[in-house]
Amino acid sequence: MHDAQHAGTPPQEAETSAVHFNVGAFNGYGVWALYKMQMARFFRTLGEGLATPVLTTSLYFVVFGGALGSRIAEVEGIPYGTFIVPGLIMLSVFTQSIFNASFGIYFPKFTGTIYEILSAPMSYVEIVLAYVGAAATKSVITGTVILATAFCFVPLHIEHPLWMLAFLLLISFAFSLFGFIIGIWAQSFEQLNFVPMLIVTPMTFLGGAFYTVDMLPQAWRPVALANPVVYLISGYRWSFFSIGDVPVAWSLAAVVAFSAVCLAITAWIFKTGYRLKA
Amino acid sequence: MPPVLSIRDVSKTYKGGFQALKSVSLDIQKGEIFALLGPNGAGKTTLISAICGIVEPSTGTITAAGLDTRKHYRTVRAMIGLVPQELTTDAFETVWDITCFSRGLFGHAANPQRIEEILKDLSLWDKRDAKILTLSGGMKRRVMIAKALAHEPEILFLDEPTAGVDVELRRDMWALVRKMRDRGATIILTTHYIDEAEEMADRIGVVLKGELILVEDKAKLIKKLGQKRLKLQLQNSLAAVPDALSGWPLTLKSGGRELEYVFDVHAENGGARDLLAKLDSLGIVFTDLSTETSSLEDIFVDLVESRA
Repeated sequence: MHDAQHAGTPPQEAETSAVHFNVGAFNGYGVWALYKMQMARFFRTLGEGLATPVLTTSLYFVVFGGALGSRIAEVEGIPYGTFIVPGLIMLSVFTQSIFNASFGIYFPKFTGTIYEILSAPMSYVEIVLAYVGAAATKSVITGTVILATAFCFVPLHIEHPLWMLAFLLLISFAFSLFGFIIGIWAQSFEQLNFVPMLIVTPMTFLGGAFYTVDMLPQAWRPVALANPVVYLISGYRWSFFSIGDVPVAWSLAAVVAFSAVCLAITAWIFKTGYRLKA
Repeated sequence: MPPVLSIRDVSKTYKGGFQALKSVSLDIQKGEIFALLGPNGAGKTTLISAICGIVEPSTGTITAAGLDTRKHYRTVRAMIGLVPQELTTDAFETVWDITCFSRGLFGHAANPQRIEEILKDLSLWDKRDAKILTLSGGMKRRVMIAKALAHEPEILFLDEPTAGVDVELRRDMWALVRKMRDRGATIILTTHYIDEAEEMADRIGVVLKGELILVEDKAKLIKKLGQKRLKLQLQNSLAAVPDALSGWPLTLKSGGRELEYVFDVHAENGGARDLLAKLDSLGIVFTDLSTETSSLEDIFVDLVESRA
């Protein structure tokens, strides 16, 4: 609550300036309240929120890194267990971002509490900032915890830590935005699960989380390169080992392009009130 | 003084083609308590939702304090508080947290004293640390009100505030509404309880099938309410009201078997007594007599039926 004092324009100023122009005003208190509310939900379910991805990732390490990895030995000079760390983190970041953001906006639609957000003096940008910001924060926390877990299992050295962080933040943001769109589009819990299960999980598995594109049969390589997830995982893996399926600039371009597409769809949603307003 | 809320030709057609509002225009003055009365599905909630930004009106403009609700949504919405009809709150938050959340969402810095005051006013102070999930329906309704008051709105919408609540909460609610009005707030409530409108409102608007069919001062409606009807069942039917009775406003009903006399109880000067004496002297025999006081409900029912 005390933090709210620092979280934006003082309300008096915002209100008086808004009377005349309504430009430049920013409802910092509103964004903070909504963000905090979303984060409170995360911390309330911290067990489920962190234990699940950590346990799943540990299982991947045991199965892929330990059991199968001993037969694969090395990929481009990197022990297989170490090689899959970036892919595993991305796998969790994708699913967590989508889950947190889609659930975060779907739930108030489902219970009806969305009325308050729609009737609040919040701009669309502010609403998205709060929801997507909270979902991305959760993903970054989850990703970091998994990274810490990985250090317990395999030898790991991060060659470009700042790029690693930048990719983590950007990808968390982009997929949270994507999840937000799914949450608005979904009209049932089944639909909420549909896109992550049927599209994102396969794309991630085929996106080089556990192998490099070179390891695929020749005929499949062009197909793999059409999968946008390949570029994201490749970029993130580059920040660890300086190797990638594609040049890192392409990866960066892919993240930015994906974010831009999601932003455009989000803008359209709010402009038309699609599945938000009657 | 310009109206605090001005609704001009607002209509709303939902995607399915259902027209919930048909060109509604209404001005609300600052500091008044306005009751929107109408049966379920009349369009009351749609009208409120259009003002609050939850429903996009198909046509028309709405201004609050002279500002367009769409163009100046930030300023306008900060002035408005809404208590919706449905009990929709987060389940796992505490009363305190959710009330503080609403204040922040509407652009205000935290103010624990103000929140404490609101919770005490609504008898929620003892429950401040309780999760909403654990509260009774009546208590949840109080939480909804606390949330709407948390940012100290100048205009408060209460959508069916006392639907399904007990007598005690109803009384508390009325007291609270008056207290808010004394502070200068404007209150718009929807109800289908006529006595609630009668008890609370300065003005009453009747909504029916998406149209605002009547807006009147409550005092004027009360005057109509003062009307009484004397009905006499005649032994022998009359073809017409006899000339000797032209001094009374009489109508013949039921094929001449019923004589109806409408009069104002406040201005009654022996008209009814004189009428009965006159009937006696004319030899018109009645077998039964009854009187009725027209209530707001009768007026409402008349309106509804005449439009049906």
